[in-house]
Amino acid sequence: MTTVEMPREQFRLGMLLYDTRYRSLTIQAVALIAFMAFAAWLVNNTVQNLDALGKDFNFGFLGARAGYDISQTLIPYTNDSTHARAALVGIVNTLLVAFVGCMLATVIGVVMGVLRLSPNWIVARLAAVYVDGFRNIPVLLWILATMAIITDMAPAPAAFRGENATASMLFGSIAVTNRGLYVPWPVFGPGWHLVVGTFIASLVAIMLFGRWATKRQEETGQILPTFWIKLAIFFLPVLIVDRLVGSPISLDYPVLQRFNFQGGGFLDKSFIALTLALSLYTGAFIAEAVRAGIQAVSRGQTEAAGALGIRPNRVMSLVVLPQALRVIIPPLISQYLNLTKNSSLAIAVGYADVRATLGGITMNQTGRELECMLLLMGFYLVLSLLISSVMNWYNARVALKER
Amino acid sequence: MRKSLFIGTALGLVLGSAAVSSAATLDDVKARGTLKCGVNTGFAGFAFPDAQGQWQGFDVLYCRAIAAAVLGDQTKVEFVPTTGETRFTALTSGEIDVLSRNSTWTFTRDVDLGFAFVGVNYYDGQGFMVSKDLGVASALELDGATVCVQTGTTTELNLADFFKTNKISYQPVPVQTPAEADQQFLGGACDAYTTDASQLATQRGTYENPDNYVILPEIISKEPLGLFVRQGDDQWADIVRWTMNALVAAEDYGVTKGNAEELTSSENPEIRRLLGAEGDLGAMFGLDADWAKRAIMANGNYGEMFAATIGEGTPSNIARGLNALWTDGGLQYSPPFR
Repeated sequence: MTTVEMPREQFRLGMLLYDTRYRSLTIQAVALIAFMAFAAWLVNNTVQNLDALGKDFNFGFLGARAGYDISQTLIPYTNDSTHARAALVGIVNTLLVAFVGCMLATVIGVVMGVLRLSPNWIVARLAAVYVDGFRNIPVLLWILATMAIITDMAPAPAAFRGENATASMLFGSIAVTNRGLYVPWPVFGPGWHLVVGTFIASLVAIMLFGRWATKRQEETGQILPTFWIKLAIFFLPVLIVDRLVGSPISLDYPVLQRFNFQGGGFLDKSFIALTLALSLYTGAFIAEAVRAGIQAVSRGQTEAAGALGIRPNRVMSLVVLPQALRVIIPPLISQYLNLTKNSSLAIAVGYADVRATLGGITMNQTGRELECMLLLMGFYLVLSLLISSVMNWYNARVALKER
Repeated sequence: MRKSLFIGTALGLVLGSAAVSSAATLDDVKARGTLKCGVNTGFAGFAFPDAQGQWQGFDVLYCRAIAAAVLGDQTKVEFVPTTGETRFTALTSGEIDVLSRNSTWTFTRDVDLGFAFVGVNYYDGQGFMVSKDLGVASALELDGATVCVQTGTTTELNLADFFKTNKISYQPVPVQTPAEADQQFLGGACDAYTTDASQLATQRGTYENPDNYVILPEIISKEPLGLFVRQGDDQWADIVRWTMNALVAAEDYGVTKGNAEELTSSENPEIRRLLGAEGDLGAMFGLDADWAKRAIMANGNYGEMFAATIGEGTPSNIARGLNALWTDGGLQYSPPFR
C-alpha cells in the first residue's frame, strides 16, 4: 500500500493578496501599520507644534496655587489650595450632579412613563406633552431657562427684611432666594456617633425584618403587621438613644444678615437649576424607555394577574415592571451616561463642575489647554465606564436566566 | 478594496498637509487680505456691535488702525468675539492674529502662556459696583456678600486676594460675559459686581437708572489693558507695538486725522519720520512708508479715538486720568520714532 503525498504548493508573494487564507492577515497587518503610522504622525505633529509655540507638556501646574474661590465645595477648599484640589472639587461637584440627577430623572421618568399609559385621557396627554416638550428642545436651552426662571421669580434676600417684607421664610426656617435655597442644617454635638449609628442599625434591622417576615409568610402563610413594626423600629430606638445621650443633634437655622442668610445649609441656585433641568430633560427620555418596556410585556400577563385578583397598581409593581426592567435597563444606561456628560454644561449657569474648574478657570489661568483637556476627557471616560459597568452588572442580574 | 485604499490615501494626504503653523503672521495677513482681530463679545464703549451690526469701540478702533497700517484699508478686519475663557486659546491656535480685548498685562501671560504683550492702551484698575440701596460706602463692608465676577480673568484672582487679605468672606457667582453679569447684577442675584473700573463705568452707563448704582472708592489692583500677539513672531509684534506707539506719538506731536496729510510736509523732523516723509522706518519691518499715516488717518490719534468711544461726552464718560499724555500728567508715552 502506497501513500500519496499531495504536492506542496509553492508559496508566491502574490498569494498574500489573492489567496483568501492569507488575504485577511495581509489586510490586518497593513491596517495596523497604517494606524500606528497615523498615531505616530499625530503625536509628532503635536510635539512639533508645541515646540514652535514655545510651550512644553507637563502637569506641574497641578501643584501650583489656584488663587480663585469656588462657591460650592463639598470638600475643604480655599484659594490657597492647589489646582489639583480645585479639579477634585470640580469632580466631586460633577459626581453630585450626576448622582442626584440620575436618581431624580429615574423617578420622574418612571412616573411619567407609567402615566403616559394611563387610561385617563387627560393624564396621558399631559404626560405626552411633557415628554415631547422636554425631549425636543436642546438641554442647554432648558438649563438657561430654568436658571432664568429661578433668578427672576425668587426674591432677593433684601426682600425678606424689614416690616414690609415682601417675602417670608417657609415654615419660618426655609428661605427660597434668587441666590439659592437656605435650609436648616443639623449640627453634630458630642455623642452624635451613637445616634447616627443607631439610626443606621435600625434601617438595617428594618430590611432584615422585612426579609424574615416575607420568608415566614411563604413558609407558614402567617402575615405580620410589618408596616407598624417597621415604623416602630424606625422611630423608637433612635428616639430613646437620642434622649439618653442628651440630644446631640440640633438644627442650625439660616438667619438674614446684611447681605445674605448665614448659617444652615445652602444650595446654590446654579446647582438647583442644573439638576432640575437635567433631570426633567433626561426624565423625558427615560419615560419613553419605560413606556417601551411596559408595552413589551405581553398583555396576557396583566390579564392573568387581574384574573388572580391582584389590584391594578400592584399588578404594575409586582408583575409588569419587573419584567419590563429587562427592556428598560439598556437604554437607561445610555440616559445615565448622557446626563453625566450633559452636566458639563454647568458652566453656562456658573456651577463649578470639573469642566468649569479644571477645563475652564485652571486651563485659562495656566494656559495648559492640552494637559487639562486630556485630564478632563480621561475623567469623563473613566466615570462613564464605571457607570455603564455597574448598570450592566445590574442588567445581568435581572436578565431572564435561560438555560 | 481599491476604493477604500484610495479614500484612505486621500485622507492621509489631506491630513498630512496640515503643516506646522508658520511664524510669519504678517505674510499670512497679507495673503489672506484681512486681519483677524479678537475682541470682547459686547462691552459698551470698548467693543460692541451696533444696531447695524458694525463693530464699534475703543479696542475695535485699534484693530482698524492695524489693518489700515498693514493692509491699507481699515475695513479689512474680521472681528472674532471671544469670552474671558476663549480669548487666549483663540490666539494660541491662530484663530486670531491679534487680541484687542481689554486684557491685562501680567507676568504669567507674558512669560508662561506663550504670548507677547505689545502695549498698554488703557491703564485701569479693578473696582466694585453696588446698588445704592445697600448703603455700602466701602468695599471693606462687603463681608458675606455675593459678588458677580467673570471667570478666567485676573479679576477673579484679585477678588480672592482682596477678601483674603482683609479677612472677610464672600460668595462668588461666576459669569461668562459682561452681559450675563449685568443680568445677574440688575436682577439682584449678586450684591456687588467686580471688574475693571472702566468696564463698571461703561456698563453703568447702559443701565436704565445709572444713578442708582455707585462704584466704590477702592481700586484693588493695577490693570494695564492692552493688545496681545503670539510669542515667537517678533516682526508682527513690532508692527502692532509701533502702530500703537504711532497713535500716541501722533497725539503728542499734534497730528490728527484731519491734518495728517497736510503735516506730511511739516518742518518737524520727528513728524516727518512718523508720517513716512523721511527715513525708511516702514521698510524695516516689511511695510511701506505710509503705514503710520494710514493708521492715524483711519480713526484719528489716541486722544481722538478715546474721545470718540469712551471719553467725556460719550455714555461711558470716562476722564482721561491715568490715560492722559505724559505731558498732561498721565501715563501714555511713546518712544521716539527714530
